[in-house]
Amino acid sequence: MTTKTKAANALTRRRFLEVSALVGGGLLVGCQIEKGPSAAARAKRTTRPFVPNAWVAIGTDGTITLTCSRNEMGQDVHTSLTMLIAEELEVDPRSVRVVQAPADPEAYTNSLLGAQITGGSTSIRDAWTPLRRAGATARSMLVAAAAARWNVPPEACRAENAIVHHPKHGSLRYADLAEAAASQPVPTDVALKPPSAFRVIGRPLDRLDGAEKARGQTRYGIDVALPRMLHAALLPCPVLGGRVVSFDAEAAKKRKGVRAVVDIGEGIAIVADRHFTAKSALAALDVQWDEGPAAKLDTATIRATLDGAAGKPGAVVQRAGDAAGTLARRGQNVLSARYTTQMLSHMTLEPQSCVALVVPNGKTKTPGVDLVEVWVSTQFPQGAQAVAAEIAGIDPARVEIHAQPIGGGFGRRLDVDFVAQAVKIAKAVPGKPIKLLWSREDDVTHDYYRPPSLHVVRGAVADGRIAALEHKLISPSITARAFPVFVKDGLDPFMTEGTADLAYAVPNLDLRTVIQDVGIRVGYWRSVSHAQNAFAIESFVDELARASRLDPVDFRLAMLGELPRQAAVLERAAKEAGYSASPGRDRAFGVASMQCYGSHVALVAELSLDANAVRIERLTFAVDCGVAVHPDQVIAQIEGAAVTGLMGAVRAKITVANGRVQQSNFDDHPIPSMRDVPPIAVFRIENDEAPGGIGEVGTPLVAPALANGVFGLTGKRIRSLPLEDGGVRFA
Amino acid sequence: MTRFELNGRNVEVDAPEETPLLWILRDHLGLTGTKFGCGKSLCGACTVHLEGTPIRSCTTPLASVAGKRITTIEGLSGRVAEAIQNAWDRHQVPQCGYCQSGQVMTATALLTTNATPDDAAITDAMSGHLCRCGTYGRIRLAIRSAAQDLEGRS
Repeated sequence: MTTKTKAANALTRRRFLEVSALVGGGLLVGCQIEKGPSAAARAKRTTRPFVPNAWVAIGTDGTITLTCSRNEMGQDVHTSLTMLIAEELEVDPRSVRVVQAPADPEAYTNSLLGAQITGGSTSIRDAWTPLRRAGATARSMLVAAAAARWNVPPEACRAENAIVHHPKHGSLRYADLAEAAASQPVPTDVALKPPSAFRVIGRPLDRLDGAEKARGQTRYGIDVALPRMLHAALLPCPVLGGRVVSFDAEAAKKRKGVRAVVDIGEGIAIVADRHFTAKSALAALDVQWDEGPAAKLDTATIRATLDGAAGKPGAVVQRAGDAAGTLARRGQNVLSARYTTQMLSHMTLEPQSCVALVVPNGKTKTPGVDLVEVWVSTQFPQGAQAVAAEIAGIDPARVEIHAQPIGGGFGRRLDVDFVAQAVKIAKAVPGKPIKLLWSREDDVTHDYYRPPSLHVVRGAVADGRIAALEHKLISPSITARAFPVFVKDGLDPFMTEGTADLAYAVPNLDLRTVIQDVGIRVGYWRSVSHAQNAFAIESFVDELARASRLDPVDFRLAMLGELPRQAAVLERAAKEAGYSASPGRDRAFGVASMQCYGSHVALVAELSLDANAVRIERLTFAVDCGVAVHPDQVIAQIEGAAVTGLMGAVRAKITVANGRVQQSNFDDHPIPSMRDVPPIAVFRIENDEAPGGIGEVGTPLVAPALANGVFGLTGKRIRSLPLEDGGVRFA
Repeated sequence: MTRFELNGRNVEVDAPEETPLLWILRDHLGLTGTKFGCGKSLCGACTVHLEGTPIRSCTTPLASVAGKRITTIEGLSGRVAEAIQNAWDRHQVPQCGYCQSGQVMTATALLTTNATPDDAAITDAMSGHLCRCGTYGRIRLAIRSAAQDLEGRS
């Protein structure tokens, strides 16, 4: 690892440690999670006698269970985390039963994010050492139990495929050792295999959830069905932040099957026997709204607010040398540009839903809530638990979260607004589980949107490299809303992605962010600010290269001398794509490269011009994420994230008029279909470096690679997203 | 009371006849393999077979299926379906998996009516199905590979 990568990683780690310390102090989402029964204690109450840690349990029937602390949303955590355990436990990963962890931050906090969260491409990085250690610890106790039974030293025994062997005494199954292993001392220091000894990690394996998903058998949050369950549909205020003033529900209540009408403040919910009954009855409601502070909001105001904040000094992300002085000296050779990105909705294919059951305490004198159960597709079980507890007015330890397989996350399910709503509704029908299900229209118009951004950039080239670079991102801060404790000295760490760890060696740098609220709620959207910053910076690097008549690949490579892994992915992508600076008439290659999530990625997009429309012929990625735990799924994540990148780059946008989001479904906020997606080739550079993140790595470079290719093809530089609003049409 | 054939069995449902088939399947009959995605025939997640032809159950009123034969992912069977699902496994298609019931229903119908679809035919048949995870490349490979399997076996 080079010095620069190390420094960047250390910076990230330091930032997260800081955050962890604060969260450990109980500041997260203003809620202290009471220490409940630990996962291990909970598991012990069952018939599994050997529960050496929060993840592994082995039963006397030989059942091996992994309690998976991260939520499965397609990114393969159920399989890849199982592979980590299985590698050291010496079991076949296909024999492991995976159960989803409850909300239990005591046991399952993500060390990189400081809470029980699935996001930020952190799952493998967080689990890499602890889960292998958990497997090794369990194996070592099973071996010790066998050794004790045979009265031989443990070193004389060998574990393989859930059996402990001894050359003379034969073999004992883990099932037969489970009880004895439980009374073995827990070793404090177990050795982990070197990569050369891996037999599971890095090898082919079918996803453990793949076959059932191809057969429609997976039960997502939306599929939860409980005895006596009622269905709720919501009429939310059409303006985000608005409230119910008054309402007339008489007509709705008369409908057959309607059980209750509940005012939850931000909207009116109808509870009925069936979803369709509840949904249909919404039309019979008459509601007066206070549309709140956003009532007059529109897209032009939002853009003007960002423009108006461009002059603010902002907070420094990274500074080196003297960027302003260097640019002043270079006079007319200085390029300056402004880039903008649009707002976007997440469009998880499974609309938001949540089942909640509020159990009353049964006391007539002091009526209240005894406990709450929640079944939900969430990336943030701890947040779901906290918000349910707050609304029910009980201790979080009395809220049980049953986290379900997720039909698409992309950051949307880091927010728990729909959990709060479901618990509010359930409070009104105590003792009965209610399933709140949003329509697609609710989902698109009541999202936490990818923030709109403005990027003010200046730079100059000398001796074939960037001599000075200034970049200022002006954008609302997601973190200031969601996790304010993470924002320090005006810096939101989720706004500095791609700038705090800028890959290129530039002697004079001035990189800043300005947090500017624009009156609309914003949320984490796959790859977060990497996508926006990479669009601006990777486009601008291209502009600088072309203005200096330099090849965009060579220009980048010249600044990557200190980052050989980054240089290697760029060279590999260019080679595999058949990159050429002048590929001929009506053809062009667009290039982009960055380091992110502890991984390195480069993309070459091949474009052609076809009857005035740009056709994307092929996307060629090269990626170095260190050890790939589940290589095929590393490829799958890049493929899928690239499609998310296309979604954000080409056409989709959220706009606002009179406080109302103007899009509402897949017809006016499109996501790519098979017709829109070109062949995507992914080349992985193999090495034994510690794993980097992968789930979001394929997204950010798509927009700049396309924009750079469009310039090569048409001579038109598009500095705003979506690209089609900039005057180019894609085939 | 509306009667129709569901996955080879006769069923009777007492529900308003404008109720979309999707909600009859999911809420009344407990078959949740068919998914809700958009409510407007835009995403394909709710696809089932009506007399063997893929339809969007989210915009199909109960009344219109009276006396008809409906197949959902739970009842999908036969050599083509098997070849499709095996190919899905071989190419490790699903990520979150939410759209895959619908994708599999339409892919099965495609190979039933066109044993050797070219790329354009695959695109035409499948472009009404949205996959937010972006598994399109693998879906295409799996359909091609299932077609080859069926050709080899016939």
